[in-house]
Amino acid sequence: MEKKGLTKVDLIFETIDPKEVLIKAFKMSSGDIIKEMLDSGLKGRGGAGFPTGLKWKYAAAEKEPEKYIVCNADEGEPGTFKDREILDRVAYKVYGGMAIAGKAISAKHGIVYLRGEYRFLLPQLMKELEKFHKMIGEIGYDFKINYCLGSGAYICGEESALFESVEGSRGEPRNKPPYPTTSGVFGKPTSINNVETLVTTMMIIKHGAAKFYELGTKDSRGSKVFSVSGDTPTPGIFELELGMSVQEFVTEFGDGDTKAVQVGGASGFCVPRKKFQNTIIGFEGVPTGGSMKLFNSSRSMYNVLHNYLDFFAEESCGQCTPCRVGCQQLLKGVEKVKKGEVKSTYLNELIKLADTMKIASKCGLGQSVGNAFRTIVENFREEIIY
Amino acid sequence: MINLNINNQRISVQPGTTVLDAAKKLKINIPTLCNHPDLCVAGNCRVCVVEQTGAKTLIAACSMPVSEGMDIHTNTLKVRNARKHIVELLLSEHRSDCTKCYKNQKCELQALANEFAFGDTIFLDLVEDHHYSIDRSSPSFIKDDSKCIHCQRCVRTCTQLQYISAIAVANKGAHQKISSFHDRPMSHVVCTNCGQCVNRCPTGALVEKTYIDQVWDAIYDPAKHVVVQTAPAVRVALGEDLGYDPGERVTGKLVTALRQLGFDSILDTDFAADLTIMEEGTELLTRLKKVLVDGDKTTSIPMFTSCSPGWVKFIEHKYPEFLPNLSTCKSPQQMFGALAKTYFAQKMKLDPSKIVSVSIMPCIAKKYEADRPEMRSSGFKDIDYVLTTRELAVMIKQAGLDFRNLEPSNYDSVMGDSTGAGVIFGATGGVMEAALRTAYEIVTGREVPFKNLNITPVRGMEGVKEATVKIEGCTADWKFLEGAELKVAIAHGLVNANKIMKLVRQGKSPYHFVEIMACPGGCIGGGGQPIPTSMEIRKNRMKAIYSEDEHMVLRKSHENPDVIAIYKDFLGKPNSHVSHELLHTHYTERDNY
Repeated sequence: MEKKGLTKVDLIFETIDPKEVLIKAFKMSSGDIIKEMLDSGLKGRGGAGFPTGLKWKYAAAEKEPEKYIVCNADEGEPGTFKDREILDRVAYKVYGGMAIAGKAISAKHGIVYLRGEYRFLLPQLMKELEKFHKMIGEIGYDFKINYCLGSGAYICGEESALFESVEGSRGEPRNKPPYPTTSGVFGKPTSINNVETLVTTMMIIKHGAAKFYELGTKDSRGSKVFSVSGDTPTPGIFELELGMSVQEFVTEFGDGDTKAVQVGGASGFCVPRKKFQNTIIGFEGVPTGGSMKLFNSSRSMYNVLHNYLDFFAEESCGQCTPCRVGCQQLLKGVEKVKKGEVKSTYLNELIKLADTMKIASKCGLGQSVGNAFRTIVENFREEIIY
Repeated sequence: MINLNINNQRISVQPGTTVLDAAKKLKINIPTLCNHPDLCVAGNCRVCVVEQTGAKTLIAACSMPVSEGMDIHTNTLKVRNARKHIVELLLSEHRSDCTKCYKNQKCELQALANEFAFGDTIFLDLVEDHHYSIDRSSPSFIKDDSKCIHCQRCVRTCTQLQYISAIAVANKGAHQKISSFHDRPMSHVVCTNCGQCVNRCPTGALVEKTYIDQVWDAIYDPAKHVVVQTAPAVRVALGEDLGYDPGERVTGKLVTALRQLGFDSILDTDFAADLTIMEEGTELLTRLKKVLVDGDKTTSIPMFTSCSPGWVKFIEHKYPEFLPNLSTCKSPQQMFGALAKTYFAQKMKLDPSKIVSVSIMPCIAKKYEADRPEMRSSGFKDIDYVLTTRELAVMIKQAGLDFRNLEPSNYDSVMGDSTGAGVIFGATGGVMEAALRTAYEIVTGREVPFKNLNITPVRGMEGVKEATVKIEGCTADWKFLEGAELKVAIAHGLVNANKIMKLVRQGKSPYHFVEIMACPGGCIGGGGQPIPTSMEIRKNRMKAIYSEDEHMVLRKSHENPDVIAIYKDFLGKPNSHVSHELLHTHYTERDNY
């Protein structure tokens, strides 16, 4: 398996002249921009990792004249805080990426769906937006961005639930297909991209696909921003080249006593110490939207798991059976095992349930609850029982 | 066409077909729960998951459109295990007091449990963790959250078919529930009590409030004279709960069954329907005269029918400014009720305080209507108990009657005669047709110019129907209508009613007279009718209604001998003072939430 070491990169927060990059982008054809993205190997930075170029290609192929670019700034995954930093420091690059996406798929409207808890950023973001609209006007290009604020539901980060929320409905995931590129917000073809993805697209236009492609590994090209938290002497935001092992990551950020790393937040995977060496952070190993939580030996993995399950039981939208009831069952199940009210072998039933949730839930939320559940229960079974 | 394989059988279907429908064509049964033929796809129960070769997850057959080369398997181990888990999960948050439940053996969850979840329970009981509430506030139905499986059929019904949204999804995760505005009791929200949600609830979470025991008590009370009336739509649907196919007419057996159950007088709501036509037809003609001849600005047209209590409550909540347009006529049920304890009591020399008036209705809003404070013009509660078609079927089973082999018999007299016009009240367009048959004849002295009296433009399942009747050759009294074109419209299902009301509010309505029924298909699709319901079932019931009409000797309301008699002996003439006392009512503006 191809791997890279831990290398710090400065792409996302690099100061650039946005006007220059946008002029370059607007001179390119839609097809050229999409090709650049496909060549770069960029995959979505929100966590699911769908190839950005492909998404734009599908949306561009739609005949409907009214299309939308939606920036998913509903950063809700526990342990992720990189989009906040990006919006705080380089919002102009987010807007720029949206305009480039707009050019690629022929959309004239952009919507930023901002997490309700980030409302405090809004005055500054609006000021930046005003500047952006002015600049875009000077270039002579037509692209308008609006803001829409979430109200605190984790599920609204799921793309189709986000659309429902934008439309003023209850944030519940839709049935797919149709996918957003065919029928997204307001039923129109939509490209919905993560904050960081949009910034990256702008940097790819600036530096060229080849330079981005050089970074990372076959399945995980480029660099990405990590939100490092937990038992670490250096919590914060770090942009790193993809392809490092968890061991390398722990060596850099751990406190010397790291027993597990939760990669990808509550919906991600728990990597125990014994697997640090052979686990790569990326799509060939454990993918992440940026959340990296380190746990040292003072932490009870039962508490960690309980916390995640509590979170999911609360944040499931509640519409589909496997997720709504499954989350409650997993939560109550581990509680009963801990208290000794059911046999410890009941955990095996719960793992089977988590597997059903993975294949039968309606959306990514229910489908990913099993990730943390399985990896924590399998690797720290004794901590759950005793 | 799209080609795909299901369980190794090849099939070609139209693009856009769901995997579920494609499987149906191959006679492959995929279990469903949240799916309902009348409603949009939800895809939330996940019971219908199947395996698609090459897909990472299972797919929900109800919501997945077919694609070229798809390879579907509906009965793999993976699928069976997932389905079992899903049904077990639903059971874990469902209060399973099945043997005591009103929906016992009629519950779709129970049927699935029978198939997938027998034996030891896998999961922990979550019922004890939820603080479920049971809302008994409506006189029409009970909402028991402990039996709710969150399929949202009720929510989709209330929004999509009825345009009310009295119930909606609230909260998320473990706290998600089907709730009302601010969690108010159902009696204090915009709910019209139409019962369409009850018709579509797969479990016992939404059921009618039953008054079976009270009716038995009355029947067995020797001091009481129990009068029963049966609505037109009951006779074409009751059979479904007693082993017949949809669309079987069981009128004669129904009468015999009621007699054998012990009711003292078996009478017909159809009589009151004919009476309604006399009152409402006269009201319409009077309104038209006031508007067209007198130029009276205080009289409102179009005039709306007022037979459907769900519709009446809808307009009270949603369009109260148009309450003056609503006919002041009570519904046939309530006209009957008011007369049972006055006219009927006099005729039969009965003490009205000893009469218990029961009605068998296809409707649960009728339970609410009977409870309205206005409905006491006889000096007593005009209608004591309203039973649904379903409840009557339960009583027939309780009494052990061999329904299929009952000898048909006729309604009792005085208020038991009916005409075809009264019968067709049960279907959408029926009131309009009956009214036109009579009104046209009053005005012109001739029958309506439609073959066999069948006014086909007002019939059928289209959501909004329109018709124009040109009035020619008026008699001397009605000369002012000569050459006039009477424009009428018919809507069924409140979402369609709303379409017409929007026009009216915008001042764009060209209509003089509008018939509106709250339920899809009219009363035949009422909230008290046998479950399940679907367009096909409703069409069969509708066919039966019109066939009942065709088989009647008398087909015009004004020819009903009992109606003629009551005007001669008791009421005087339509819209007389006595009529107004007993047969007309008023309405109340209500909040829109």
